[in-house]
Amino acid sequence: MRIALLELRRRPGRFVTATIILTLIALLLLFLGGLLDGLINTSTAALRAQRGDLIVYSSTSESSFVRSRIDPSLRQTVAAVPGVTEVGGIGVAQLGARVPGNGPRDLADVALFGYEIPPTAVDEPPADGEVIADEVLKSDGVEQGMVLELGPARTPVTVVGFTTDTSFNGQGSLWGSAATWRDVQNANRPDAAVADGVFQSLVVVADGSVAPGKLAADIDAATAGATDTLTITAAIDAIPGVTEQRGVFNQILGVTVLIAVVVVALFFALLTVERTGLYGVLKAIGGRSRTLFGGLVLQAVVVTLIAAAIGGGLALLLDVAIPPGALPFDLSVGRIVLSVLLLLFAAVIGCAFSLRRVLRVDPASAIGSAS
Amino acid sequence: MTVATDPALVMKAVRKVYGDGDDEVVALDHATLTVAGDEIVALVGPSGSGKTTLCSIAGGILSATEGTVVVGGQDISGMQAKQLTSFRASTVGFVFQSVNLVPFLTARENLLVVDEMGQRNRKVARARADQLLDELGLADRANNLPGQLSGGQRQRVAIGRSLMNDPKLVLFDEPTSALDTKLGEQVMELIRSEMASRGIAAIVVTHDERMTHYCDRTVHIVDGVLAA
Repeated sequence: MRIALLELRRRPGRFVTATIILTLIALLLLFLGGLLDGLINTSTAALRAQRGDLIVYSSTSESSFVRSRIDPSLRQTVAAVPGVTEVGGIGVAQLGARVPGNGPRDLADVALFGYEIPPTAVDEPPADGEVIADEVLKSDGVEQGMVLELGPARTPVTVVGFTTDTSFNGQGSLWGSAATWRDVQNANRPDAAVADGVFQSLVVVADGSVAPGKLAADIDAATAGATDTLTITAAIDAIPGVTEQRGVFNQILGVTVLIAVVVVALFFALLTVERTGLYGVLKAIGGRSRTLFGGLVLQAVVVTLIAAAIGGGLALLLDVAIPPGALPFDLSVGRIVLSVLLLLFAAVIGCAFSLRRVLRVDPASAIGSAS
Repeated sequence: MTVATDPALVMKAVRKVYGDGDDEVVALDHATLTVAGDEIVALVGPSGSGKTTLCSIAGGILSATEGTVVVGGQDISGMQAKQLTSFRASTVGFVFQSVNLVPFLTARENLLVVDEMGQRNRKVARARADQLLDELGLADRANNLPGQLSGGQRQRVAIGRSLMNDPKLVLFDEPTSALDTKLGEQVMELIRSEMASRGIAAIVVTHDERMTHYCDRTVHIVDGVLAA
């Protein structure tokens, strides 16, 4: 093992090519992963921020806010189900917003939520006609105190504060009272008007006495099938495109990891071929294949960690350089750790291709030959 | 100076056969050889005569097809590959034809490789490496890479490496083949003095008859058959 580390230190030139390629792969993994997380976040953050356990849609809505309607009597039925602590109505209107100072056709895409239970990082509902905006809307020129005009009806709402990480369907969100949402919805979508007391969905807070899956089934049974209740995670996955986006990106990430495996495999196979004579000598003086292969894996792991550190540093710089809202890029510690683990896995698997070659080196090759 | 009494090597009726049937090649044919505990034996023979095979079997690199091989009192005839690896790490020393030092390790580190491959007692190994380098006149070269050493110095480092595990038997594979006569004689003188002062047995494989007078005894081998 010490020999392997000494070789890395004394002959760094031999490992430069592999380190550069693995650095680029690490950067690609982190960039793609950050884009995936960013895209998923901008689609689903509003749901993830909910402080409830379940989301209740009407059964014909196919888990979509727009198509869902929950009237007060249905709400009462849901609230009465054992295990339910609190029920809050929620509704969303997705519209273009006119931002003062922007051109007449330069609309900002917004999702205006009317809510009762405040999500994480959002305060209690502000006064009617006022909204809390997600800070991604700052990239569209939205500022505190500004009056935005929503939809074709140009319904005015005043921005009274900012929150973070609450986007929905790729749109920056606005958070207002139920009355604000109803006003905006009814003025701009008269075909989908909502009466007083009616919401699109319900956020349910459970007391924990019943498993979430069971509680969801209990609620749907209590409403005689009039509702379709999902856990927050299931509701996130039910947002159109989320599963597909995740699938496509994960396949690209998988191929990238595969490329890392091939790079490590080829590079260390070449090194092993080059070292056949040395391995023969080391085996002859009592070196075990396990020790020699361990040294090879150690070198691959160190090279990969160096590459991951450089790639990670570059990705973090990228994260800082990209202004909020400009690109859906979100680099989390979890993503960095996962990418490093994937690269290490690729390094070990890549090395495994050289195992047979190391095992096959014959100590007898060291003796009776001048090379 | 230690005085060895038990034989370092006892080979009895050792055969080594490669292939089978019509392709059978007998590399070593009923070879019987005893090397005393502090004896230096020259093994002389033409190319393909079986010198390397005999040396490899005595060093536990190859297993004999038939016969008994006892090194330092240890019968290695029936040992499996893993046991032979441990045996090599603890009981025999090798000096290879082209020296074969690890090019990116210093002289001292090249000696310590033996410890890393085997015992793993770094503190003891370091003290032993320094002592050996000192005795071999390389104390001031301990931190030099092989590329910074002369041919003779590299040969000394290789001898030092072969002595790291305090072996019962050291096998020298053509130690002078790549050297001119003068340097070859110096190396043989060195081998003789180092082995004799430590009371360690050695087999020196060579095809150069001029080098045999540095050894206690010369054994000839032709077509796998030993002749004293």
